[in-house]
Order: sequence, then structure tokens, then C-alpha cells
Amino acid sequence: MYAIEVENLTKIYGKGVTAVTAIADATFQIEPGELVAILGPSGSGKTTLLTAIGLINEPTHGKVVIDGAVVADGGWLPGLDLKRIRREKLGFIFQAHNLIPFLTALENVMIALEINHLTRTEAKKRATELLTALKLEHRLDNFPAALSGGEAQRVAIARALANRPKVILADEPTAALDTENGKNVMVLLKELAVENHSAILVVTHDHRMVEGFDRIFEVRDGVIVRETGKN
Amino acid sequence: MNLAIRDIRYHRGRFILTSIGLGLLLGVVMSMGGIYRGLFADALATLNATGADLWVVQQDTNGPFAENSRIPEDIKYRIAAVPGVAKASPLSFQTIQIDRLGKPFRFFLIGYDLHGFGGPPAIIAGRNIRQKHYEMVVAKGMKMQLGETIRLGLHDYTVVGITGKMVSSSGDPAAYVSLADAQEIQFKKDNNLIRNERARIEAKLAGIETLSPVQAKFLQQNISAITESTHTVNTVVARLEPGANLQEVQERIGRWNHFRAISDEGQKTILTKGMIEKARKQLGLFRLILLVISAVIISLIIYTSTLDKIKVIATLKLIGSQNRVIIGMILQQSLLMGVIAYGIGYALISLTYEKFPRRIVLEAFDLQVLFVIVVAICAISSFVGIRKALQVEPAEALGG
Ligand SMILES: Nc1ncnc2c1ncn2[C@@H]1O[C@H](COP(=O)(O)OP(=O)(O)O)[C@@H](O)[C@H]1O
Ligand SMILES: [Mg+2]
Repeated sequence: MYAIEVENLTKIYGKGVTAVTAIADATFQIEPGELVAILGPSGSGKTTLLTAIGLINEPTHGKVVIDGAVVADGGWLPGLDLKRIRREKLGFIFQAHNLIPFLTALENVMIALEINHLTRTEAKKRATELLTALKLEHRLDNFPAALSGGEAQRVAIARALANRPKVILADEPTAALDTENGKNVMVLLKELAVENHSAILVVTHDHRMVEGFDRIFEVRDGVIVRETGKN
Repeated sequence: MNLAIRDIRYHRGRFILTSIGLGLLLGVVMSMGGIYRGLFADALATLNATGADLWVVQQDTNGPFAENSRIPEDIKYRIAAVPGVAKASPLSFQTIQIDRLGKPFRFFLIGYDLHGFGGPPAIIAGRNIRQKHYEMVVAKGMKMQLGETIRLGLHDYTVVGITGKMVSSSGDPAAYVSLADAQEIQFKKDNNLIRNERARIEAKLAGIETLSPVQAKFLQQNISAITESTHTVNTVVARLEPGANLQEVQERIGRWNHFRAISDEGQKTILTKGMIEKARKQLGLFRLILLVISAVIISLIIYTSTLDKIKVIATLKLIGSQNRVIIGMILQQSLLMGVIAYGIGYALISLTYEKFPRRIVLEAFDLQVLFVIVVAICAISSFVGIRKALQVEPAEALGG
């Protein structure tokens, strides 16, 4: 079973003459444990593709299947609990790390676990383990404002991983970091993909960052123009 | 994890300042309630301290507090003789304003029959009035010392005792003197006026040719005695025998010419419904306005603090938070702010209410009602924030 299946996925913003086709007829499958990059210049539709898969942006046409369950087929399937699917199956990492400013590093990870019905003690234990694995054990009680960019992004990664999602979606996770920190984050994501057997879909405009990825989709004007990597 | 408390903890400076501001506002609301209750307590203070069943006053008046009432003192004998009446006692009331230590000094002077009732409620220092003349018992609020003297009318009065909190219906502190002294202060005419009146009576009588000089002299003395008499009081209060029928006694006295017998209940109605009604409405209106202001302020604070958190809310939605997590955060913050502000307001008013110039009575019931209102306002006010929060799209978390 694929972690992500996308078939003829199309997203058109607006209507009539002002309509913008941000993604046109995208079709691909990603297996669990695969690390895939979507590479393309600004405005090419990368974020649209990611958010359409991530149940944030409703597709105009086409089909999206997450972990074997159809979530969109010409628009979202009626009656789906999108939030529940997001918290149970998906993990998000973003450019602006989107940590909650009034929660400490530990609490930022714990909140993702608590909304998924873990007790406080369980959440604390798992969050501490995750942050320790990401070498942040000395930063548990710091607020995001006191963290460096790389540290903040690692906290965001820990939060995305917290519920052991089948799919991790990362939008320009390295854009706010310097090259070295950016590369470190990518290496980390690669390790995590293998370790957790999650599919990781990473959007970036920086081709230097996609070293060692299993597959790379190149996007231009909403169309996947090239696919490199296995098969 | 409680997001509301975590956010407050992080922004504690801002939160504390807003709560203090709101607390001051609620303190004012509480004090208005207290002033209203105090108005009531003041209005009824003399009434309750007298403890009479009936107040006999001048016909067609709502005396002696709401209107002027003058009746002859000796009607007390007739009232005491009515079946069912245990005791009748005359009282005189007047408001006096003199200059003392260079400042206007206002108080309420009560004259009472030393053998009757209606005198000072409890002596907390010194003693009660013993001599028929020139002794005085003052309420604590007069801020006078034992042995101090004060000039009223033609004489100096010495403070021999101090009684607890006693005020007039308009909040002026009370002082007690014997009835005779009070009558003299209230009714005694100026010596020049007396001389003039005597001369006028004499001249009138001299004009009547049929009167002999001896007769004229006799008449002149009698007429002067009547016009100069100070044996007038404002009310005669009565206590009934146990089991006596109040209405019967009241009707009986009412049938006499020139008098009206008002029950204690009736007096209460006159004082509360008539005299302080406007003040009550005024205070009620102020309280309402202040509560509306509080509601607007709370709404604004909650709304802006929600706007500040749009990104946080979008992120929470993105990672799959249930709506209740987000609603809970906003609602709890609003309630917490209200409760803390209420606490601050309460602390403020508890520490200061005794220093207010007028009596403030804090009733548990009023405070509880206000608490419920504050909680309701906070809950309702947070709706604007909650509505905004529910409209936030998870995609808004993506923008840089
Ligand atoms: N909410 C939106 N409404 C209208 N047009 C949008 C919206 N979001 C993106 N677009 C347009 O869709 C195209 C693709 O945008 P996006 O997916 O953000 O590209 P990328 O992430 O590769 O920079 C752009 O032309 C952009 O202007
Ligand atoms: Mg983008």
C-alpha cells in the first residue's frame, strides 16, 4: 500500500478569466519510508500541491489517497473529519517554523500529542524522548524566541513526528536556515523517513538541498516536468 | 495542557495590567452598589434606631423625614391613652450647619424625651444625657471628643457621650440633646423678635376700647406665652402593646383632627420609594453604563488578543486541534481575566470602603450577582473572538 497516491490532481484558484491553474493533472505514488522532493521555482505550484495532499487546500479535480484511504475525489469526500486525519496521519513542517510562541519547546511537542488523546505523562515522556533524539535535551524549557533557527526547526520536526504519522509534509523547511543547518535538517529528515517508515514529501526551490533523496519531482507552472530517482 | 494559562503566563505583564484596569472599573461598579445599599441603610438608620410602631405627624404630611411636620408636644398624652398604645414619646429633628474650625459642619440634631425612647442607640464612650439641659451625645461620625463644647443657638452644649454610627437620611452624622434643648434651638425666637411681637400685641390690645388696662395686660401675657411657646415637636412615636392591632390604633388617631399616624412600614416606604428613588435610579444607571463599558472593553481585549493569535490558531488547526481546544483557550482567558479583575475590584473596595465619605454597604448577595454578571459578560464577550478564531483557515499558518 502506498503512503500517498495522487491521480490527476488539479487545483484551480479563482474562476473565469482570473482563474489560475496552480497544479495541473499531477499523478504519482509515494511509498512508506520514501523521501521525495518537489523542486521548482517560486510560484510553480509546490505549496499548492503539498497543501492539497495535506487536507488544507481542497483540490478542484482528481483523487488523493492517504495511507490507503481516499480523502479527495473531485473535492474532499463528504463527511471526512479532516482534522482527525491531519492529526493522526500527517505531520507538517514549515518554513517559518510555526511553533507556538507561548509554549516551551517541550510543550510545543506535547500539544500535538495531547490533542491526539495522550495523557500528560505519556505526552511528556514521548516529547522528551523525541527532543532528546534530536539533540535538544538542553532546550526543553526554552521558548521558541530563545531558540536558534536550526533548533526551532528541529522542534518543529519533533512536533511533526510526534504522532508517528504515515506522511510528513515539509514546505521549504530549510529556507530560513543557512546552508549547513539546512543540510543537517535534510539529513535528519532522511534518517527519520527510514527509521519511522514514513513517507516524507519535501518542497524546496533549492536544488543543493535534495542530495540523497529517493526521488525528485521537478515542477514548472503547475506541471511535473521531470522525475528523477528510482524507477 | 492549558493553553489559556500558558499564553497568559507568557504575556503576564499585559495580562496583569488589563486585569488591574478592569478591576478598577469593577471596583467602581461594586462601590456604586455599596453606595446604593448605604443610601438605604442611612435612610432607615433613624427609623430603625427609634424602633417605633407608629409615627404620629401633622395631618396631610409625609413627615417627619420626607416633609416638615409640626405638632404640639402635649398630644403625647392623648396618644399614650389610646387603647393598645404602650408608650408614646415626642421627638424633634433638625439639620444644623454651623462653622466649626473654619469649615462648614453639618449634622442632624435629634431631641428626645429623656424618659421616653428614640434616644442614642448605644453609648460607646462617656455616658448618656442625664441633665435636662446643655448636654449632648454625638455619633462617632461627628468626630468630637468627650468634654468638647459646641455653641448651638444661645447656649454651649457639652459632649458627654459618644454613640456608634448614627446618621440622618441624607448621611449627616447625628447628635442628641434633650427635647427641651432641641425645641429651644429649633423654635426659640430671637429676643428682638419677641420684643417686637410683644409691642405689637400690646398696641393691638390698646386699640380695643372695651378692654380695661388690667384685662389688656392679662391678655397680652397669655397671647405672648402662646406665640413664644416652644412646645412643638416634629413627631410623636408610639410603641404598641403586644397583640395590639396596629391598623385600629392608626385609624383611631387618624380620625382626630390634624394628625396622621404612619406605621413603621409606611415610613420605610416613604423614605425608600420617595426620598432615595432618584438616587437609586441614578446609581443603577451608572452601574449599567459601567457594566456595558466593561463588556465592550473585555470584548475588545479578547478580540485583539485573538487577532494576535491568528497564526497560533491556524497552526493548531493545521496540526489537527479540535475546535474545543481553541474555543477553550479563548473562553478560559476571558473568564480568567474577568475573575481576576473581579478579585482585584473586590480587594480594592474591601480595603477602601470605610474611607468613603458616605456609607458603603457591601452585601454578599450584590457581590454574588455582580460576579455572575461578570462571568456572563466574559462568556458573551469572548464570542466575538471565538467567531473570528473559528473562521481562521489552517492554510493561514503557512504564510511566512
Ligand atoms: N490562495 C490563492 N489564491 C489565488 N492564487 C493562488 C493562491 N495560492 C497560490 N496561488 C497562485 O498559485 C500559483 C502557485 O502558488 P504556490 O503553490 O504558492 O507556488 P510555490 O509554493 O511553488 O511558490 C501562483 O501563481 C500563486 O500566485
Ligand atoms: Mg511555496
